[in-house]
Amino acid sequence: MKKEKKIKHLDIEGIKEIAKKVRRETLDLIYKAKTPHIGSSFSIIEILVALYFKYLRVSPDNSRNKDRDRFILSKGHGCPALYAVLARKGFLNSDIIEGFACNDGTLEEHPTFDLTKGIEFSTGSLGHGLSIGAGMAKAAKHDNNPYRIFVLLSDGETEAGFVWEATMFAAHHKLDNLIAIIDYNKIQALGRVKEIIDLEPFGEKWRSFGWGVREIDGHDFAQLFSAFEEIPFEQNKPSTIIAHTVKGKGVSFMEDKLLWHYRCPDEEEYLKAIKELE
Amino acid sequence: MRIAFVKKLEELCHSDKDIFLLSADLGFKLFDGYRAKFPDRFLNMGIAETNMIGVATGLALSGKKVYCYSMIPFLIMRCFEHIKIDICYHNLDIRLVGVGCGFAYGLEGITHHATEDIAIMRSLPNMTIVAPGDQYEASASIVASAYHKGPMFIRLGKAGESQVHSSLPEFKIGKGITIFDKGNDICILATGSMLHKAKTTAELLLKKKFGVTLISLHTIKPLDKMLIKNCARKYKSIFSIEEHSLIGGFGTAIAEVLFEVHYDGLFKKIGLPDLFNHYIGNTEYLHRKYGLLPEDMTNNIIKLIKKA
Repeated sequence: MKKEKKIKHLDIEGIKEIAKKVRRETLDLIYKAKTPHIGSSFSIIEILVALYFKYLRVSPDNSRNKDRDRFILSKGHGCPALYAVLARKGFLNSDIIEGFACNDGTLEEHPTFDLTKGIEFSTGSLGHGLSIGAGMAKAAKHDNNPYRIFVLLSDGETEAGFVWEATMFAAHHKLDNLIAIIDYNKIQALGRVKEIIDLEPFGEKWRSFGWGVREIDGHDFAQLFSAFEEIPFEQNKPSTIIAHTVKGKGVSFMEDKLLWHYRCPDEEEYLKAIKELE
Repeated sequence: MRIAFVKKLEELCHSDKDIFLLSADLGFKLFDGYRAKFPDRFLNMGIAETNMIGVATGLALSGKKVYCYSMIPFLIMRCFEHIKIDICYHNLDIRLVGVGCGFAYGLEGITHHATEDIAIMRSLPNMTIVAPGDQYEASASIVASAYHKGPMFIRLGKAGESQVHSSLPEFKIGKGITIFDKGNDICILATGSMLHKAKTTAELLLKKKFGVTLISLHTIKPLDKMLIKNCARKYKSIFSIEEHSLIGGFGTAIAEVLFEVHYDGLFKKIGLPDLFNHYIGNTEYLHRKYGLLPEDMTNNIIKLIKKA
């Protein structure tokens, strides 16, 4: 694990600070706009922060740069967290709250394609992202361009059959520049994934489809860094990071609760959440 | 038409290095020449059409011009939401080349018939729909597609269609082509695979002493509204002919324009009724069953004019 040595302690502490701020900003965004999906946003914050503040080669000053890495939030409903990250990264104005999920606004409840805002593809219809990423990865290979494509999916999303069409295509074409990250928070819209359509043995499924697989704690930066450093996990294979996460992570009364797939905190809950996030 | 398509595409590929061709495991022998010349710009996507749309989108977002080939039911019907979001919403340079319009694959049965595709594609913003009437129009539409911005659905027949034009016509997306103008009694507006039968119908009507004009409206969207409005001023009777359901297709699109200009002449749509076909037969057989042979259409038109 010599690569791990590269990750300095400070890096992790610094990035934890960013994640803390992003989680608070996500809470504010959702509370003020009275929108759902706080649970699905909180479960991906460490993944997004690790990507945007350490690994993705993207810049708001040159958002159309052909050589940039691409990120697709295939689970589009988690986008309050993405907006908070993009704002902190400089792609969006810091006053995103003003334009989020309101009439005549600037940001919808699902991300809409706009390269100047750092949004590579419009999502919200679950299951689309991996095919798009595979197409981008194929183009990168064809052009001999070393950029990478990261696609963040939800667990429930992988119930869609065409996600597996994309996995087969990516493996067949040896797209080792394509990385799927699964936010495995184990709760979907109507209950526990296990009780709806059990995905297990999940890692084995991806492996048998020809992908290199790592299973990690999706809130642990050391594990996230180590996974991102080691991509591709296997030569000539696309990589999957199965990130075990907690829906509503960071606020005790939201954690691992189906209710917070939908519920927007009221004032009392908001104030309680703020305290926990301090 | 398929051969005309792939021949032209090969020519375009020589000068345009961004062109990719994706097939959902269809086109036996058809793509051999293309694949030999451009092996790294041909992707057999397997029987996975929705992924084909997604991969095409990823390629197009990376600057490629992508042609997706399959039979219309699988390419258009199966992938509707992917076409809407991935291709049309992002307004990408992707061409959906669908073969087997109407009953072109007659004996293959209902799963292979394509009689609702115009209606659904017409409803999508940014989508252009071109249905070439013969091989010349097919070639011309592929050339035009290379310079077109945004998504396109190119609705082809199968193979061995009769020619209407004798050479490459002057072809512009969104502009109808007058095949002949021989009088003001009847105007026949035909699209795609029905163009040749529409021509024979028009010729039969001429023999029966009607003044007839025949127009090929190869572009169904955007429709040549100016031309249709001119037709409304000029002709006593207008007939639309298509190999598609009478709901929401070519005839409906024309009716919308005629309604806008308060056309007070006779307008009738000729096409397929709102039902699933249960006859077993080839294209010609099915056309006969649904009154789409020239003799039937001629009699139908005369009857409608007399009644009016």
